[in-house]
Amino acid sequence: MAGGAASGGGPRADTYAADRTWLLLPAWVTLSILVLAPVAMMLVYSFLTKEFRGGVIWEFSLAAYDQFFFDRGLFGDEPPRIEWTYILIFWRSIWQAGAATLLSLLIGLPTAYYIATRPARQRAVWLFLITIPYWVNLLIRTVSMKFLLRDQGPLNDALLGLGVIDAPLSIVNTNLAVQLGLFYSYLPFMVLPIYAAVERYNFALSEAAADLYATRWVILRRILLPNVRPGIIAGCVLVFVPSLGSFLAPDLLGGARNFMIGSLIEEQFKGNAGNWPFGAAASMILLTLVLILLLAFARAQSRESR
Amino acid sequence: MAKRYDLRVYPGFRAVTFLCLFVLYAPLVVVMVYSFNASPSITNWEGLSLRWYADVFTGPESAKFKAAARNSFVIALVAASVATAIATLSATAILRGGRFRLRLVSFGLISLPLMVPEIVTAVATLIFFNAIGFDRGLLTILLAHIAFCIPFAYLPIAARMQGIEDTYEQAAMDLYATRRQAFVRVLLPLMMPGIVSGFLLAFIVSLDDFIITNFVKGAGVETLPTAIFGSVKQGIRPNIMAISTMLLAVSVVMVTLSWLISRRDTTR
Amino acid sequence: MSDERAAAIDVRDAVKRYGDFTALKRISLSIADNEFFTLLGPSGCGKTTLLRMIAGFEDVTEGAIFLFGDEIETLPPHKRPVNTVFQNYALFPHMTVQENVGFGLEMLGRSRAEARARAGEMLEMVQLSQFAARKPAQLSGGQQQRVALARALAPQPKVLLLDEPLSALDLKLRKAMQLELKHLQRDTGITFIFVTHDQEEALTMSDRIAVMSAGEVQQLGTARDIYERPRNMFVADFIGETNLLEVHVDRIAEGRALCHLGGGHALSCDAVDGVGVGARVHLSVRPERLALSAAAQGDESLAGTVREHVFVGTDITTLVDLAGGISLRVRSANSARASAQMFEPGAAVHVTMEQGAGRLLVD
Repeated sequence: MAGGAASGGGPRADTYAADRTWLLLPAWVTLSILVLAPVAMMLVYSFLTKEFRGGVIWEFSLAAYDQFFFDRGLFGDEPPRIEWTYILIFWRSIWQAGAATLLSLLIGLPTAYYIATRPARQRAVWLFLITIPYWVNLLIRTVSMKFLLRDQGPLNDALLGLGVIDAPLSIVNTNLAVQLGLFYSYLPFMVLPIYAAVERYNFALSEAAADLYATRWVILRRILLPNVRPGIIAGCVLVFVPSLGSFLAPDLLGGARNFMIGSLIEEQFKGNAGNWPFGAAASMILLTLVLILLLAFARAQSRESR
Repeated sequence: MAKRYDLRVYPGFRAVTFLCLFVLYAPLVVVMVYSFNASPSITNWEGLSLRWYADVFTGPESAKFKAAARNSFVIALVAASVATAIATLSATAILRGGRFRLRLVSFGLISLPLMVPEIVTAVATLIFFNAIGFDRGLLTILLAHIAFCIPFAYLPIAARMQGIEDTYEQAAMDLYATRRQAFVRVLLPLMMPGIVSGFLLAFIVSLDDFIITNFVKGAGVETLPTAIFGSVKQGIRPNIMAISTMLLAVSVVMVTLSWLISRRDTTR
Repeated sequence: MSDERAAAIDVRDAVKRYGDFTALKRISLSIADNEFFTLLGPSGCGKTTLLRMIAGFEDVTEGAIFLFGDEIETLPPHKRPVNTVFQNYALFPHMTVQENVGFGLEMLGRSRAEARARAGEMLEMVQLSQFAARKPAQLSGGQQQRVALARALAPQPKVLLLDEPLSALDLKLRKAMQLELKHLQRDTGITFIFVTHDQEEALTMSDRIAVMSAGEVQQLGTARDIYERPRNMFVADFIGETNLLEVHVDRIAEGRALCHLGGGHALSCDAVDGVGVGARVHLSVRPERLALSAAAQGDESLAGTVREHVFVGTDITTLVDLAGGISLRVRSANSARASAQMFEPGAAVHVTMEQGAGRLLVD
């Protein structure tokens, strides 16, 4: 480091400090109008009265949240009881997203580790191979998955042909199918942060542990994993969050019994059966859950880096 | 000679990696292979044929798919261009604007579309257009796409810019270039790989989007994903596999391009 | 406004603060036209900050900087007739060597043809004409360095700023470039301000040197001045090798101070302002200004024992222990090995200081 410019809390690059206001203006305008204002409007809509043909009547109402949490009977005149239907849908979504995250971790961790320990020149190619399917249209990937897993699909054909099974496996329309679909959708989000953490890991620590008589697997558990933990947490959050609100995988692979939040919300805005305030309320609840999760994550990360 | 005991190697990790690659690629390969199936049934294999590709262009659904493809590509092109321009300006402010109070907030705002679940963005955007009485159609899709493409364009551009030392602009300004000249003549050419890469990723993301498009599109306006989804709801047909294979090829080509370009290091 | 006799650069009471951190504590210095001036100091001393303030990349928190009598604080970098050779050259990687060198003139509004012609001349001057069409990445480190020089000199700046430009080169190339830079400065008549942490580089090239530490100028003078008459501990220690002896000033008479070292030893040297009788200060003696002999030479010879010899190529350094726990380094040229290696470790010797070699330091 040469001289004081870079040391002692000197400023970061500021070549365009004088222009920053107008440079940021387009982003602020676009994102305020197209993201912030819509979310605010959604919050407003969740407190309005539903219009039966879709849309809303501009009249304040708590009906949407009431419907979400309480059951007042068919005619709305019974004493309120906890309504479990929607809570269960949320719970199932969390469970499915959690299972998909676990699956991604079980496959993604060894994969990320393996890639990070390749010679430097090969790593980029490996990462590229892992990320390429992610950039293929999600809908196409999900349809492909469905096609592969079908009762009469290539997977069952192959297993039957090899004599592994006697009758076709019914995978589509099960929880497993949804988990596989979610795993397939977001796997690179698990691999990339763990890869980055392992790449930064100092293998001299492993050598020191081995020198002190630790075996490979003890090193993995006691030395390596604690050191790459921030990467693992980041990966889990990055898979869990989009899985929670996903629509395509549960819709195409899960069928009616495996209804998740995404489908519940989507239903409210389609056709005449919809209930916009209720859909807005469900979206608000989902958004709140996700923001709490991200906030907890950000706090954990900043504590980790201290 | 005995194999050296290598601490870094864990038995089974390589097998898992190959399993992972297999799971990632098997569905895509299967669909690609079956798109060349001569049979109208998706279950039986009756030999190689290009008939489903012909069907995409001339078959009963061809008009619908052509219109959808045109919509998809026009939207992706415009949305990615606008998002890339906005992202380039923002990256310049955030990475070359010194310390300022709104720096972190601005970065948060730009990455907001990545944090909010897609379905929530979809609902919010639909409600917003409804509330301000904006008729749903191609334009609403385009506006929504611009917003969520910005962070995807921003990330590679910012990554690139971070790798460019500010001494290059300083050298230019030391040699009598104004801020604008230093930007156009020095910074922009150096950032070009990042910008191209950001544009291509934004393009793919726009082309890929289903949920938000499905919410904000007007009746009768389709993009490729919504058209495919509509078809798939009635069952997977071989022509869908042909379209999928073509779209897949477009994505793979663009990501590969983006990857190759971003690896080119113009500062060395 | 410009005054012909004005200094090339006049820094007046310049202060630089980053938040709570003060990088420069009120610095004033004046650099004459046509001078090769060096800012020398360890990393973090503020020398690069000062250079960047002159170039216009950092603003001045307090005080002012004048270029040939004109205040330049309000001018952005692209309006200052001052050019910089950056530490890592900052050659534009997407332009050819010729485009790089012509860039400044082009920005000044000269025609492309003129810029190209001038770039050609400059490349000839640094003997790189045959590489004009290459990209910087295709050149060696030394060649890139010369392109950076040509680029900065092409617009004929009034002052050339050089930010550790030789630090990326290997030793041999660095030595050659030192001479080349010195000649270039003499030939062009442009004022050079050179930043380095390498004292040898500074001593070799500079007309005057400002030794900096902790955001302050510790001493300003010619190379000889600074080496032979260091003002304080920092300068004596930072420049070259020296023996720092704790002394007690016993008596001052006729401009000479008699200093007591402890262990019964005494040395006399020139008195300096700010050190009076009774002061406990440090005396600096360069090792090459001490000589070994078997017998005492005059009444100020110090008796001691040879501990060991350290071979350092051109010289031999001998460590001598004196009574009272004092240790001295004595350097003799390798050709005079007879005198140094006459004494086996453990042998009794006398150490004699050359007349005027001792320097009292203001702490």
